[in-house]
Amino acid sequence: MSETKPINLIRNFAIIAHIDHGKSTLADRLIQSCGGLEAREMKEQVLDNMELERERGITIKAQTVRLSYTAKDGQTYQFNLMDTPGHVDFAYEVSRSLASCEGSLLVVDATQGVEAQTLANVYQAIDNGHEIIPVINKIDLPSADVERVKLQIEDVIGIDASDAVPVSGKSGINIDQLLEAIATRLPPPKGDASATTKALLVDSWYDSYLGVVILVRVIDGYLKKGQKIRFMGAATTREIDRVGIFTPKHVIVDVLGPGEMGFITASIKDIQDTKVGDTITDERNPCAEPLSGFKPSVPMVFCSLFPADSSEFEKLRESLGKLKLNDASLHYEAESSQALGMGFRCGFLGLLHMEIIQERLDREFDLDLIPTAPSVVYKVYTTNGESKELYNPVDMPDASRLEKIEEPWIKATIMTPDEYLGGLLQLCQERRGEQINLTYVGSRAMLEYLLPLNEVVFDFYDRLKSISRGYASFDYQLAEYREGNLVKMDVLVNQEPVDALAMVVHRSQAERRGRQLCERLKELIPRQMFKIAIQAAIGGKIIAREDIGALRKDVTAKCYGGDITRKRKLLDKQKEGKKKMRQYGNVDIPQSAFIAALRMGDEN
Amino acid sequence: MTGFYIHWPFCAAKCPYCDFNVHLRENIDQQQMLDTYIKEMEYVFARYKTPVSSVFFGGGTPSLMSPQTVGAIIDKIQALWGFKNDIEITLEANPNSSEAQKFADFKQAGINRVSIGVQSFNNERLKFLGRIHDGDAALKAVSSAAEIFDKFSFDLIYATPKQSLDEWKTELKQALQFAKGHMSLYQLTIEKGTKFYLSEARGDFVMPDEDTGADFYEVTQEIMSASGMPAYEVSNYAANEDHQSAHNLNYWRYGDYIGIGPGAHGRLTVNGNKIATRVHRAPDIWQQRIAEQGHAYEQWESLNDETQTHEKLMMGLRLVEGMKLPETIARTKIDTLCDEGFLLKDGELVKPTRKGLACHNAVVGYLLGGSNIHAAA
Ligand SMILES: Nc1nc2c(ncn2[C@@H]2O[C@H](COP(=O)(O)OP(=O)(O)OP(=O)(O)O)[C@@H](O)[C@H]2O)c(=O)[nH]1
Ligand SMILES: C[S@@+](CC[C@H](N)C(=O)[O-])C[C@H]1O[C@@H](n2cnc3c(N)ncnc32)[C@H](O)[C@@H]1O
Ligand code: SF4
Ligand SMILES: [Mg+2]
Repeated sequence: MSETKPINLIRNFAIIAHIDHGKSTLADRLIQSCGGLEAREMKEQVLDNMELERERGITIKAQTVRLSYTAKDGQTYQFNLMDTPGHVDFAYEVSRSLASCEGSLLVVDATQGVEAQTLANVYQAIDNGHEIIPVINKIDLPSADVERVKLQIEDVIGIDASDAVPVSGKSGINIDQLLEAIATRLPPPKGDASATTKALLVDSWYDSYLGVVILVRVIDGYLKKGQKIRFMGAATTREIDRVGIFTPKHVIVDVLGPGEMGFITASIKDIQDTKVGDTITDERNPCAEPLSGFKPSVPMVFCSLFPADSSEFEKLRESLGKLKLNDASLHYEAESSQALGMGFRCGFLGLLHMEIIQERLDREFDLDLIPTAPSVVYKVYTTNGESKELYNPVDMPDASRLEKIEEPWIKATIMTPDEYLGGLLQLCQERRGEQINLTYVGSRAMLEYLLPLNEVVFDFYDRLKSISRGYASFDYQLAEYREGNLVKMDVLVNQEPVDALAMVVHRSQAERRGRQLCERLKELIPRQMFKIAIQAAIGGKIIAREDIGALRKDVTAKCYGGDITRKRKLLDKQKEGKKKMRQYGNVDIPQSAFIAALRMGDEN
Repeated sequence: MTGFYIHWPFCAAKCPYCDFNVHLRENIDQQQMLDTYIKEMEYVFARYKTPVSSVFFGGGTPSLMSPQTVGAIIDKIQALWGFKNDIEITLEANPNSSEAQKFADFKQAGINRVSIGVQSFNNERLKFLGRIHDGDAALKAVSSAAEIFDKFSFDLIYATPKQSLDEWKTELKQALQFAKGHMSLYQLTIEKGTKFYLSEARGDFVMPDEDTGADFYEVTQEIMSASGMPAYEVSNYAANEDHQSAHNLNYWRYGDYIGIGPGAHGRLTVNGNKIATRVHRAPDIWQQRIAEQGHAYEQWESLNDETQTHEKLMMGLRLVEGMKLPETIARTKIDTLCDEGFLLKDGELVKPTRKGLACHNAVVGYLLGGSNIHAAA
């Protein structure tokens, strides 16, 4: 592959959809039809290669694949396909993919219709000036209703659906027709082969075989092996040591030309060098203006992560660095807590994102972590006229010095079958929501609400799913900051405050939350030698309390000469177990209790 | 003090709760067993010569030994290490008729105390426990022991699934009528690798929870104290010091003991070092190795100070008489446990209270710097 494609034969597109509408499965079929993988190499959702993605059946990370397609006009096209995640928490992955290509396949499940993320993603695609091909998927299913979904696309989204392509990603129906539509209906990229090199740094990650891999979209000029390049934003220079593409296997090529997508490696060690959205240009002949890049991701949810074993702080730092390398939306900063030692305050796009990062740290880096309660960013105004952003409830100033606190509100869009509307309205109301709009699309209701983000980060999504038996969908974006009657709630264990469990709550919700948390902790903390009082308090005033009675029996019935060694080993194991405990006064709290307490839902 | 433990690894049937080193055999060659024990004793004697202060035949089912085998072993101990003629020599017996018939011969061979594995006098409970004897046989074995021996003890297992507190109270009071000076009362423990372990995991039965176990233990302590047989150790009860088991007391006081026979453990003080010994568990390998190399020890190594402290504390705090705690234990921790009612100070001694006995694992864990939640939690 020493030739680059004439730019008019290139098609760069993203596959976007609501979660589970079948993007990755459709990508499988496109790859297979174009001969990217042989049948024996094929597996379901082949692009979801992370262990967690396969386990959960969701896409977390966007993937790019180059395909070769010979169309009816006899020409062979180069398709660069980007499979994107559907979950709202990974919207930043989607936004970067959209900014790197010219068209989108908008996949809608023929049995589900338009959902909240369908809307969110398609509007982003429109904002990026994309040509959009509506694709109605899963038509193999008996309950598929193509006509109804077409109507929905027209009514709710407002785009023409008369040319929508009905397909089945699973059984391969109409994949040919879709490939042809991509070639004929999507525009080629624009770019200048004779201009100096200008490429967009779309993504980067660490690959155990290739090292740090940089995904690029070439705008003008060429990228070649041996070329000295400059990262304009980071202001660093490197020499390209490999240029390649994914088919989805990685294949080394000589050069990437204008409009093309692919990867480069350049012996990069430091993550600082690879900022997504950066512009890559030629060192000797740099371009004048950098690309506008990407909007930085704005973390919505924060929590602190502390290593259960304090000697693993450095390991945690390195591990976060590695994750950050392939997840540009992860933010972190070192912090120290009196009770939990050194750790990191981390910012995430949402709760699922937070959960995924915690799980990856555990699995890929074998770290035992103590996370604190998820929290949002408050704006705190003190009586001396100062204001600051509050990322950690522990840093909340004393009530006497507080002028006011503002909290973030979001605009939420919820789509739900009619029968669950009542329950969902009640949920939004309980969470201090303000309804802005309620419209119907057939038998589905579309609800728009303003909600305090702090009421959402807890368990809103779980509740929404359980109330609607999984049928309602949800999307949100930051709306505004508003003053609120917010207080810091402390959790005390035998009178000692537990940093990790402190949280900022609305005064009207404090009792409910306090009671819930105390009850939950009572279930989670095992009996100990001493009685334990668990209390929730606001500024010294106790609002909830639970007691755990003292241990009554823990003795080995038989212990003679032959049992000593075995019993002693049990004791040693117990000491090991202590590493997974945190001590508050004379109370030991297992690390698992922190995690579970914070994952509480209303029902339990 | 130096105890002498002989492990007899054979039983007539395997009980579903038992995790002892037990093997089932059609035929046991008593002579070959005896020869092997004798050779093993010679090996140990060459390395450890302190006179013996108690002897214990444990198992398995040592009442399956022939009285001749027992006698020959006792004679050999006397010949090598020597012992005073009034020391306690105990044999564990199962209450099957054939074995009870041998009591007189065992006495003849030198045994002066038997400890009988009654477990229960209630047939239903015996059936649940998978025992091959019934309540009648248990009664007969106990009364025969009472006639023949000045000292004897029997074991009961309680706090079994479905047993109510009231049932146990009645059963215990009945059993007390047959006791003579000593009883061991064990709450049923589910051990890994036993049949019961699987059954419980499968949900065939449900074990009493912590509170129920604590209630059982409390009423047991009450009844035994009221009957003049208070606890002197977590699960052991005696009418007076004379009836307490000298051999077992020596374990709890962390004295030396020689262990021979398959799977036996020992603790020997040699040149100021405390040595832990462990014999190979498999009877055939044990026999073969001793024939070939004179011993079948899998372990013979010094314990460091920390380990000794752990063991000493673990054992000593099982005793109502308490112990002198090592200097390395933080005084503040001891004070806390006294304040919270787990321990009592008595001059130089620290003694567990009833609550301290019931929470022995947690007490030891706490003193040794572990968590105050036991590993089992
Ligand atoms: N019957 C049928 N099932 C399909 C079809 N396409 C996808 N599915 C199923 O729908 C589920 C979700 O498919 P994915 O391809 O993982 O969906 P996705 O949109 O990539 O999901 P996220 O990446 O998590 O947003 C899987 O169980 C697929 O097997 C189809 O055409 N027909
Ligand atoms: C070394 S055992 C064997 C004694 C003898 N072979 C017998 O079974 O009668 C001594 C005692 O430990 C007790 N024991 C054994 N396993 C037990 C368990 N899992 N739970 C409670 N007590 C147990 C029984 O009371 C038994 O009598
Ligand atoms: S409990 Fe006694 S008889 Fe039953 S298997 Fe164990 S040692 Fe043998
Ligand atoms: Mg996917």
